[in-house]
Amino acid sequence: MTTATAPNVTATAACRDADLLDERKKQVHRAGQGPIDMACNRESLAGAVSQRACVFCGSRVVLYPIADALHLVHGPIGCAAYTWDIRGALSSGPELHRLSFSTDLQEKDVIFGGEKKLAAALDELIDLHKPKAAFVYSTCIVGLIGDDLGAVCRKMSEKKGIPVIPVQSEGFKGNKREGYLAACKAMFQLVGTAPTDSVSPLSVNILGDFNLAGEIWIVRGYLERMGIQVVANITGDGRVDDIRRCHGAALNLVQCSGSTMDLARMMKEKYGTPHLRVSYLGIEDMADSLYAVAEHFESVDPGIVERTRDLVREELAALMPRLRDIRRDLSGKRAAIYVGGSFKAFSLIKAFRHIGMNVVLVGSQTGTQEEYRELETVCDPGTVIIDDANPLELSHYVRELDVDVFVGGVKERPIAHKLGVGFCDHNHERKIALAGFEGMYNFAREVHASVMSPVWRFVPRRSRRAASPAGADA
Amino acid sequence: MTLDLIELDGTCAGSDAVSGSCACGGSCADGGCADDCADGCGCSEAPEADADDCGPASAALLTPVALKAAPSTGGGKPGKTPRPKRPDFVSTTNACKLCTPLGAMLAFRGVEGAVPFLHGSQGCATYMRRYVISHYREPMDIASSSLGEKQAVYGGGPNLKKGILNVMKKYDPALVGVATTCLTETIGDDVGGYLREFRNEFGDLGLPEIVHVHTPSYNGTHMEGWNAAVRALVDQLAKERVEPHGKVALLPGFVSPADLRHLRDLVTDFGSDVVILPDLSDPLDGPALEDYTPLPEGGTPLADIRALSGAAAVIECGRSLAMTPTGPSGSSGSTGSSGSAGPATAGRVLHERFGLPLHAVGLPIGLRETDALVAALEAVTGKPLPRRHELERGRFVDALVDGHKYVSGKRAVVYGEADLVIGLVSLLTEIGVHTVLAATGTRGAHLAESIAAVTEGMLPAMPTVIEGADFEEIADTAEGLSPDLLVGNSKGYRYARQWNIPLVRAGFPIHDRFGGHRLLHVGYAGAQALMDRIVNAVIEKTQSDSPVGYCYL
Ligand code: SF4
Ligand code: SF4
Repeated sequence: MTTATAPNVTATAACRDADLLDERKKQVHRAGQGPIDMACNRESLAGAVSQRACVFCGSRVVLYPIADALHLVHGPIGCAAYTWDIRGALSSGPELHRLSFSTDLQEKDVIFGGEKKLAAALDELIDLHKPKAAFVYSTCIVGLIGDDLGAVCRKMSEKKGIPVIPVQSEGFKGNKREGYLAACKAMFQLVGTAPTDSVSPLSVNILGDFNLAGEIWIVRGYLERMGIQVVANITGDGRVDDIRRCHGAALNLVQCSGSTMDLARMMKEKYGTPHLRVSYLGIEDMADSLYAVAEHFESVDPGIVERTRDLVREELAALMPRLRDIRRDLSGKRAAIYVGGSFKAFSLIKAFRHIGMNVVLVGSQTGTQEEYRELETVCDPGTVIIDDANPLELSHYVRELDVDVFVGGVKERPIAHKLGVGFCDHNHERKIALAGFEGMYNFAREVHASVMSPVWRFVPRRSRRAASPAGADA
Repeated sequence: MTLDLIELDGTCAGSDAVSGSCACGGSCADGGCADDCADGCGCSEAPEADADDCGPASAALLTPVALKAAPSTGGGKPGKTPRPKRPDFVSTTNACKLCTPLGAMLAFRGVEGAVPFLHGSQGCATYMRRYVISHYREPMDIASSSLGEKQAVYGGGPNLKKGILNVMKKYDPALVGVATTCLTETIGDDVGGYLREFRNEFGDLGLPEIVHVHTPSYNGTHMEGWNAAVRALVDQLAKERVEPHGKVALLPGFVSPADLRHLRDLVTDFGSDVVILPDLSDPLDGPALEDYTPLPEGGTPLADIRALSGAAAVIECGRSLAMTPTGPSGSSGSTGSSGSAGPATAGRVLHERFGLPLHAVGLPIGLRETDALVAALEAVTGKPLPRRHELERGRFVDALVDGHKYVSGKRAVVYGEADLVIGLVSLLTEIGVHTVLAATGTRGAHLAESIAAVTEGMLPAMPTVIEGADFEEIADTAEGLSPDLLVGNSKGYRYARQWNIPLVRAGFPIHDRFGGHRLLHVGYAGAQALMDRIVNAVIEKTQSDSPVGYCYL
């Protein structure tokens, strides 16, 4: 695998970065060109059209898949309406998380305070739905009108006999990252509140997988084949009671750079639970993750390493021939990646290599300095690295780098499509499982389905090129 | 002044027909609105204030047809209410509305060279963009002043100004459409004042037009936001009296790009030029591009908005809109979504400011509502309905006959924005479908009166009507009414699935089908398209439920 320390400055770098807003320049970098110093993880610039979401959004993403909890958004209607059932986080049982509950604050609540309405809402909703716990999300205006969420939740908790937990997710207090932290703090209030009798010494919690399109079931399947008990899914297909006893697990597997790392840290501190950072996207990452788990448990169960090796071998034997044909078609095509957390970008870069494609642009909404520096080391020279991009910037690079497929979320799709570029949905709204070895094949097929479609020859950027005599060089 | 106001479809009746009932009208009888009123929807608080506010202009506009008998809830089988819902429910489950600024952002997007700008925290803008993009499958940039914790305490003025400057640098817009959010309304940001300062400080830069509107979500829905933005565009841009140019000013309401194209064709076929405000047809349904353009092509040209005073007449669509009371709505002036006193709708602004004849019609969905629009166009242009549309009408009437058996007496639940619901109910009634429940998330929409008007004499019973509804309330009510189909946006799918009945998709958002923004609802062609889809939905259900597997139905 290439490590990108080559000093050559690519020609493309004589770039039109000039039209980036001055203050944004520090959030764009080209791999291989001098030291990386990203001014990232700061507030979005006023007036720029950011793809970035709010604290509330971060909390909602993390907690929402807990399927037997009541998720009540305390605020005006929009914050709840825009997050109603938009993600494909599946549940094998209850589906309370798929309803959108809001206190729908009205003007008089804003003037006189929303505590009474909140209490009444919790009262009626808990009676009606009998959840195992309730999460109450704070939104921007709740932060302003000064409702004492904690007090209301405590009272309702006593009255109803279930945990009612405030989530301090006022939108304006930062970005998604702070929302992740707020969510972890909220969950941490549940951890350690139930007995751990039936927990095996060979046990893990899966953190940071939201069971989009059933992904957590794929991962659970592998772990169970290795002989490992999964105590709690955090949070895909999650259950309150599992989280309450998850401190009994021997190990935390943490996926994704930001979303649940804080919970793992808190558990480490209080219960000494060690954690492993893992990724289920792509072949190496999936296999490496399973091996790391096996290694961790080797002292308890020496057979586990062998079992894991067999598992990976079996899966790869099934996968590789299927990938071969896809790779033949896609070899040399170019990909752009723009995802929520930069950690996912690592896995994607590797996954693209497996299908013969080059990643020419990579960016994220919430990467840190450190992550970008690491990211640069796995990129090819000249790859553009960008933090918190807006549509103009994205489209600028998609054109300049002649991208064949764009991996991103729903907000990037229209940009890609408008410019006649293939698209692969890799954010939380996706309905196709991309985790694990099966997921790698699904991913390859998704990319293939898009890149190989005949439609691109009709879009202006390609059809004009083909028609003009000078176009052949592109 | 009221002389040149043209009334809705000639069905005007005494304006006192509302007879002391609250705005929720029909639903009071079954207790469904008690909680809403208690909730401050304005019904119980100010029934008479409503009447006062209407003023002479609006009173003439309305078509409050006397409510026939008390609204019937008895259409369905009684005693089938498995959903234990308490009468004093205060929370909202599965909202049947979106937040106010979303509507304003969409309306601003329909102006050429505009950048919609949300004054508030970043999250709202991102959520709205995603929501809009998923429906239109088009880029939708919304700039934000991205307030953080500090600005929430000290005021958002500096961020607002800086934000507009950055938007100018990046987009070179003709117009920046600024809407507030709950956050900036709650901290009481004086957006008007900030913008005055901004113009003073940076006047030398060649500023774009800046239109602003107050859109707190704790006071209204996306429709109020849309209407307030359209009104603000007219109020703040159409100031000068210009030479008459004879164009027709059409304020179509929140309809699809396909609808807007159809309406443009219709007016153009009358031989008239038309200014449609706002016009989303190109900005939110554009062609594939070679170069990404920061600003999409199309939309209502700014010059056309400025010159609206020269129009031959203004046609404003929406029965519910026409009943908007004058002046800042709601209980508090400071947060009223219109933002300033004066006429309550864009059409009325043009009428009162420049004396333009105002034709208030319903959303032209179905035969009669389209007839009303056509009558208005005939009056304005002095020409008869062009042959092409005459034929479309004839074909639709022919289709009514051919298709009526499939759907006659079927029972429908209709939900969504009030004006859309009114239009859909009107059409459904014409094709013989009985609407048993009509619901909107908006409050104070005078829905019951309009539903009564468009169904009068054609239904065995007045449908149940709910304002301020969420989907759970719609479902609670509908379960007792044995509906055969749902008509509305994607968000009702969960219930269609639960009850195993078809959902005929219409309006916004359509997040679970391809081409939702290309659906045609308006005009005779739209009526035809809708009827085809409704009839086919019923046929499809019959076919798939049948053990026989007919391929000849
Ligand atoms: S805070 Fe208000 S404007 Fe923002 S999303 Fe929520 S309801 Fe909409
Ligand atoms: S920024 Fe605030 S108001 Fe807007 S969506 Fe987030 S929490 Fe809601």
